[in-house]
Amino acid sequence: MSQPFRTEKGGRIDRGDQLTFMFDGEQMQGHKGDTLASALLANGVHLVGRSFKYHRPRGIVTAGSEEPNALVGIYRKGDQTPNLRATQVELYQGLEAISQNRFPSLSFDVGAVNDLLSPLFPAGFYYKTFMWPKSFWDRVYEPIIRAAAGLGRPPKNPDHDSYGNIYEHCDVLIAGSGPAGLAAALAAAETGAKVILCDEQAQFGGSLLSEANATIDGKAAGDWVSGTIAKLSAMDNVTLLNRTTAFGYFAHNYIALAERVTEHMSDPDPKLPRERLWQVRAKEVVIASGAIERPMVFPENDRPGILLADAGRTYLNRYGVKVGHKVVVATACDSAWQAAFDLNDHGVEVAAICDMRETPPESLVSIAKARGIRVEAGCVVTGTLGRKRIKAALIGRLMTSGQVASGGQIDCDALLMSGGWTPTVSLYSQSRGKVVWDQDKGAYVPGVSVQKERSVGGAKGLYGLQATLEDGYAAGEQAAKAATGKSAAVTRAVASGGEAGSGGTLGAIPHDRNPARVKAFVDYQNDVTAKDVKLAVREGMQSIEHIKRYTTTGMATDQGRLSNMNALQIASGALERPVTQVGLTTFRLPYTPTSFGLFAGVSRGDFFDPVRKTPSHEWAVENGGVFEDVGQWKRTWYFPKSGEDMHAAVARECKMVRETVGLFDASTLGKIEVVGPDAAEFLERMYTNPWKKLAPGRCRYGLLLNDAGFIVDDGVMGRLAEDRFHITTTTGGAPNVFATMEDYLQTEWPDLDVWITSTTEQYAVAAVQGPKAREVIAPFIEGIDLSAEKLPHMSVRECTFAGVPCRLFRISFTGELGFEINVPKRHGKMMWETLAKEIEKHNGVPYGTETMHVLRAEKGFIIVGQDTDGTVTPHDAGMSWAIGKKKHDFVGKRGLERPDLVAEGRKQLVGLLTKDPKVKLEEGAQITSRGAPKTGTPAEGHVTSSYYSPALDRNIALAIVKNGQALEGKTLYVPMPDGSIEVEVTSPVFYDKEGARLNV
Amino acid sequence: MLLVYCPYCQVERPETEFSCRGQAHIARPADPDTVSDEDWVEYLYLRDNTKGVYAERWRHIHGCGRFFNAVRHTVSDDFLAFYKAGEPMPDLDTLAKEAGK
Ligand SMILES: [Zn+2]
Repeated sequence: MSQPFRTEKGGRIDRGDQLTFMFDGEQMQGHKGDTLASALLANGVHLVGRSFKYHRPRGIVTAGSEEPNALVGIYRKGDQTPNLRATQVELYQGLEAISQNRFPSLSFDVGAVNDLLSPLFPAGFYYKTFMWPKSFWDRVYEPIIRAAAGLGRPPKNPDHDSYGNIYEHCDVLIAGSGPAGLAAALAAAETGAKVILCDEQAQFGGSLLSEANATIDGKAAGDWVSGTIAKLSAMDNVTLLNRTTAFGYFAHNYIALAERVTEHMSDPDPKLPRERLWQVRAKEVVIASGAIERPMVFPENDRPGILLADAGRTYLNRYGVKVGHKVVVATACDSAWQAAFDLNDHGVEVAAICDMRETPPESLVSIAKARGIRVEAGCVVTGTLGRKRIKAALIGRLMTSGQVASGGQIDCDALLMSGGWTPTVSLYSQSRGKVVWDQDKGAYVPGVSVQKERSVGGAKGLYGLQATLEDGYAAGEQAAKAATGKSAAVTRAVASGGEAGSGGTLGAIPHDRNPARVKAFVDYQNDVTAKDVKLAVREGMQSIEHIKRYTTTGMATDQGRLSNMNALQIASGALERPVTQVGLTTFRLPYTPTSFGLFAGVSRGDFFDPVRKTPSHEWAVENGGVFEDVGQWKRTWYFPKSGEDMHAAVARECKMVRETVGLFDASTLGKIEVVGPDAAEFLERMYTNPWKKLAPGRCRYGLLLNDAGFIVDDGVMGRLAEDRFHITTTTGGAPNVFATMEDYLQTEWPDLDVWITSTTEQYAVAAVQGPKAREVIAPFIEGIDLSAEKLPHMSVRECTFAGVPCRLFRISFTGELGFEINVPKRHGKMMWETLAKEIEKHNGVPYGTETMHVLRAEKGFIIVGQDTDGTVTPHDAGMSWAIGKKKHDFVGKRGLERPDLVAEGRKQLVGLLTKDPKVKLEEGAQITSRGAPKTGTPAEGHVTSSYYSPALDRNIALAIVKNGQALEGKTLYVPMPDGSIEVEVTSPVFYDKEGARLNV
Repeated sequence: MLLVYCPYCQVERPETEFSCRGQAHIARPADPDTVSDEDWVEYLYLRDNTKGVYAERWRHIHGCGRFFNAVRHTVSDDFLAFYKAGEPMPDLDTLAKEAGK
């Protein structure tokens, strides 16, 4: 018979809409409105997974997002999403699910041998076993345990879904749509306030959806929910978000919501995202997250067929599913009795209600008796029988001595338990509020609000339908008033039934079994038992934070919503300290597991990071350029001709630049325009060099330090007029240099009359370098004299290039005659193509960043950030010449006088030549004074730059070496895995030391 | 994500428009040559790490670009004041008392 555990009638499923689904390859039926969990239960399937450590058979325990056991993989679009909670997976036609953590099959799992080996896995076994002899652990235990433990397998393919993002503002955000949340929404919405109501479930209504008896305004609870939702959805100022979890509560009332958009559909519109991230800034928040029931920690409380009592009631009343045909109810509080009565109404045999309390309320006992239900008071469950499904419960009587006397066994196919209720304070805790212990309720409840929020109803330990509604209305009104200043009269609904119960228990249930032989689980998902918690205390853990990490209790995906209070009580008992002195772990985001895709949103693939392209980009692509990433920039690395590898291409490019001419795209260099009467004074204070005497039309190399005295950037500054400089920075340093300048200008020297503007994106820059450079540019430059006399090295002019405005610098980063032509960016492509054609006439070449690096290294020009690392001073870099000796002050001047910076033994920039010219050093390699240093020998320095130099036809390197400037001519060693490389210390300038090639 | 108020633009904007630049009211000595090594190190590196009310520098880097100061409670992240660069630091104890922190 199909769905043998489905009720005859009732529930909020659509019985006319039958759906087919697969679980572990077996075809089953369910209905629209089912979750995977309710559909499995309707088919009599309780066994849905194997536990994490011991591989014990596990069943569905809850009906909500706190589910610890029923984690399944769902197949969609050819891939599998692991670790979804079956209690949240909505059924659709053709759904395919698999169980996890079992091999080869769910009902026969070889990993279950771990259960027999459980003495190997006590609390803290991770720490203890790692202490074993290494060989033993590495080869024997670790591979076995790793293979056996764990949850689902990750998907194999890149995520094929898309994810959306919405920013939203509202007056009142309400998280949770049970009675308190709905009442709050009605009250707030009526004032005209902009309201968002979200709920993690598919349907709004929370606990009201499981309510079969109580009425509101004379209507069935479910009907009142439908009416309320209809009313709210008709209001323009209300946004209703179902399937939407408020998973993060951040500072300043910033709340993150995860909306599941398509996962419940069998054939969703491909244009829709799988999930949508809502980033909401709410003026006021109402936390209506309710409360969840606590499991009872009795031996073998983890058998399939054992559920929380309220979950049993939800499956019955909401989904029309009986958890069993013969049910035992074990409880310490009133609420579970209603589950027994509801099941009884649907013809389920309630074998017994075992209440821990000596005298449960007479009102309940009399109802049970009238129904012919066996009532056992002062009675506990001391164990269960059955392997893949519970067969019987062992019961015991609590005696006044505190001992337990055996009370026989009761046959059953399901057991519902209730240890009482725990307010869900996760969001409150995330908002940085501190929970306080409420002795009467036996629970932690929200304390003083830190942010603009209030908890209502079950979330603060307030129960009973009427009281909860009242609380919701009041909170909604108050929140709207606080957000908008407005209030409105709302007709408050009146409930009948659903009174608050009493009772509850915390911690391990006493029993008469051999404690060494039984397992009573505190945290199902992590397989943590009461024994483990006690052991952790015995082994010295005092704080709950330590106990948590040692045992892993509360580290499951529900963050201990089910387990924390029981673990706390057990620890409290073992420590002989009250619960309040044991502490409580902090709830952190996300409230429930949240997909990475949601966080990434559209920031993946091409949208992961912006790409910046230079004006020569398209030309370079067409001409075979190979690119490298420099920050966000795509820069041409080298331009290979057919058959050339990188080495050959770079060697050719270097050679041609020195012999004829090369063309290089320097547009990525940072550029800043410094303007104003105090422009020279400002640069005087920022850079090490003197600027005031620099004549308009001339350039100077500038070194920028921080106030500690270390090099942070460099560039060339051109003075265009008395009050105007065009300065350049390194490619990567541009934003930081600009920000630093703004900082000094705005906050230290507001007296200076200077404006700075970032012009990096305004100009395209082509560097033309080589003996033929002047001839290449001459045909296009108008308005100035290019001769060496009129335009000497380190000059700048404003002129035109091919008819467009141009700033022409005569500068060189290669050691050759060179020009850098700046034109407005929109003319960059024209400039590049014009010059690329022109250099052909001179047998010139385009060259890339690698050749640029080689040519500058041959000249000993540093690259900030490669040859310096934030601890290098101008003196260390051999650039004392760049410091204006007569300057009163500049950024870094005082820093340079610090004792450590003038002390002996600083690392200094040098050149290195390998004794064997064919050997190329590795950048980053360490340098020692001896050939075969012992382990632990401190390095004298390291290699910062290393290239094959075509001009010298040998390998060259730059390095930072202790006292390096005094070691010229000496031999040092670069130890590598296959032996030390001998090197000679030289000047860092390898080529054209006199600079003769520049002045032509 | 914090909400930050720019006293120049006179708008409240999300933190992503701003950059925080650490403790406020640490002036660069006017005449660095006269500052001792110890005091220079103090100026360079040593900052208060207050649990409580703290004046810090912010820049509306993706807005007007201006630097300003804010008083923030480092535990609650509540801002108690925003003021322009160059304006004096408010009395932190008074601010804390007014805010009930
Ligand atoms: Zn601003």
